[in-house]
Amino acid sequence: MSTETVVADKGAPLVEMHDISIAFGGIKAVDHASIDLHPGEVVGLLGHNGAGKSTLIKVLSGAYKRDSGTIRIDGKDADISNPRDAKAFGIETIYQTLALADNVDATANLYLGRELRTRWGTLDDIAMEAECRKVMGRLNPNFRRFKEPVKSLSGGQRQSVAIARAIHFNARILIMDEPTAALGPQETAQVGELIKQLKAQGIGIFLISHDIHDVFDLADRLTVMKNGRVVGTAHVKDVTKDEVLGMIILGKVPPGATPGPGAIA
Amino acid sequence: MAEQSSTGGPAASNEGPISRLIRAAEIDTRMLGMLAAMLVIWVGFDVISSILRPGGGGLFGGSFLTSRNLWILLVQTSVIAVMTTGMVLVIVLRQIDLSVGSMLSIVAVATGVLQVFDLGPLLGVGHPAIWIIAVVFAILLGAAIGAFNGILIAYGQIPSFIVTLGGLIAFSGAAFLIASGVTVAPMDKTFKLIGGNGPAASIGPLWSWALAAIACIGIGVAIVAGRRRRLKFSFKAKPVWAEVLSVVVGCAAVLGTTAVVNSYLYPPRVAERFALDNNIPIPPGVEDKSGLAICQAADKVVSCVDGLTFQTGYPIPVLIMLAVGLVMTFVARRTRFGRYIFATGGNPEAAELAGINTKRLTVTVFTLMGALVGISAIIASARLDAATTALGTLNELYVIAAAVIGGTSLAGGIGTIYGAILGALLMQSLQSGMALLNVDSAYTNIVVGIVLVLAVFVDQIYRRRVK
Repeated sequence: MSTETVVADKGAPLVEMHDISIAFGGIKAVDHASIDLHPGEVVGLLGHNGAGKSTLIKVLSGAYKRDSGTIRIDGKDADISNPRDAKAFGIETIYQTLALADNVDATANLYLGRELRTRWGTLDDIAMEAECRKVMGRLNPNFRRFKEPVKSLSGGQRQSVAIARAIHFNARILIMDEPTAALGPQETAQVGELIKQLKAQGIGIFLISHDIHDVFDLADRLTVMKNGRVVGTAHVKDVTKDEVLGMIILGKVPPGATPGPGAIA
Repeated sequence: MAEQSSTGGPAASNEGPISRLIRAAEIDTRMLGMLAAMLVIWVGFDVISSILRPGGGGLFGGSFLTSRNLWILLVQTSVIAVMTTGMVLVIVLRQIDLSVGSMLSIVAVATGVLQVFDLGPLLGVGHPAIWIIAVVFAILLGAAIGAFNGILIAYGQIPSFIVTLGGLIAFSGAAFLIASGVTVAPMDKTFKLIGGNGPAASIGPLWSWALAAIACIGIGVAIVAGRRRRLKFSFKAKPVWAEVLSVVVGCAAVLGTTAVVNSYLYPPRVAERFALDNNIPIPPGVEDKSGLAICQAADKVVSCVDGLTFQTGYPIPVLIMLAVGLVMTFVARRTRFGRYIFATGGNPEAAELAGINTKRLTVTVFTLMGALVGISAIIASARLDAATTALGTLNELYVIAAAVIGGTSLAGGIGTIYGAILGALLMQSLQSGMALLNVDSAYTNIVVGIVLVLAVFVDQIYRRRVK
């Protein structure tokens, strides 16, 4: 199946994932899905459990290698086959599971894979901790437990460590997979504020969520997936929550949305 | 930091002065517990042996806490201790290596065959290059076998338990074939020194004190430098008295150990040989019926060489053990490689997503394990002055047990190098203490097994309480 790239509606897209497919043991987790993202834009990715949203996004973050399809960053073909490649393109991910190394402290997690080193080549723990204190001071001023393994931190504290790690290294593309799943109402509101700040800095954000209200509050556009296929994409202001529910549950595309390969005729 | 930490935590307001002290000085309470257990075992053996066989000359009248026994204990510990520093990293990475015993056999036998049957005839027996070639060969062969294990585990995705269980069986068979079933002996005379046998295999009192002084200065410099850096970033530093206490305790341990190894005198016959070899005059005397020269002291007959009092100082295998311990601690705590091992052990998926190449990491860790097995194989065969297929038998179990007694968690992510070395020393203390009391080795095995399980049980309770 080969379709022409959908023409972007404002400037060059930051990310274009085109015609992506990936299968696990004969099950097509993602089936010819296309999605794009512009600078300073939040795109919500909706769908049931197993709809393929996390898998699609893990192709972008390098956790999975796609079977077919192309990824373009700034209009150029990007070869992403592992998380290191993705980070080199400025793609940072906050995973649903938070993906922290539980037995080391916040500083070690913040710098995991990008440690600061002294001129002798050894770990510069003090400099890293100093930097970590600065970052966490901005994100979560109440955070004090720098010396403890992150295992012993609360859900919100772990979340701030995960977010700090994603935004500290000049991310241009941020993937947030259920960023508020583990959080209380106050912390959820904080994440919402943070998304608005990052957006204002021109960072593009993919927001994966079960929660349709979150997406309507924070996203500019939304894409709905079902059974590994894209049902449709729409501007948030062009569709109602009920229509989006129809897309998620039935795969029925309302007039305000652009249908994808997963839409029922 | 990356290792198990007893520091930090919300400060409890109702803690007593001792726990405040421990917290302020950031002391690993688990290590204190191990040291206490060691003390009980040592004193216990000395007291019991003094009852069974009085006049041993030990601290409590027994034969355990004598400089001679402690010196030998350190030498005996070195083979297992060197390997266990690698096993800590393997276990922290959530893997296991059951093949280290067989690997030790194969490396020892291959190295023995190389020096006895190949290098000896080729270069001439006793050629000064033989020991260097043998040492390099042993370490490289160990590393190669370790890398082979690691590649099967990381890229073949076969569980390490299976790969190394296969290795345990296969390597011992291969070792038997290489040795053609015979004991390969004797080792090169320089190579043999690495095992700690004979006067020349220890560095003597002067060098021992010099090393101790350097170690003391090193401890002081490290603590001052660490403090300076913390203050430079205006972090809260430990109170000054706690820093001073660390230096004093560390230095005292170093000097105390040095005093013990230095107060072990060569046995008379060895001293006599040493005196002859080095043209040191032996007081005139008559030979007793065993051929040993004896001298007339003021009122009794003593061995002439007793009067010479040659002090041994640190034996080479113990120095190797200490050096390996230091290097491995540095690797585990101060390098990126070490940080990745702990992070991967804590959450492999997170480490992979953070961009860590966990497959390459696994291969590197197993390669390092193999190289350390190579070093242990050198010490073990040099000490025995022979290489046999049975040299490494059951070593894998002792190595794993030492790591676990030393606080390494089989669930991964937690463990310390010094803990594992202490674990090896504790286990060796039990074994040699019971040998000293003439306890049947069957009973010794039962006790060591029980201690292993008990250590883990106590550890679990401790961790739950700390939490």
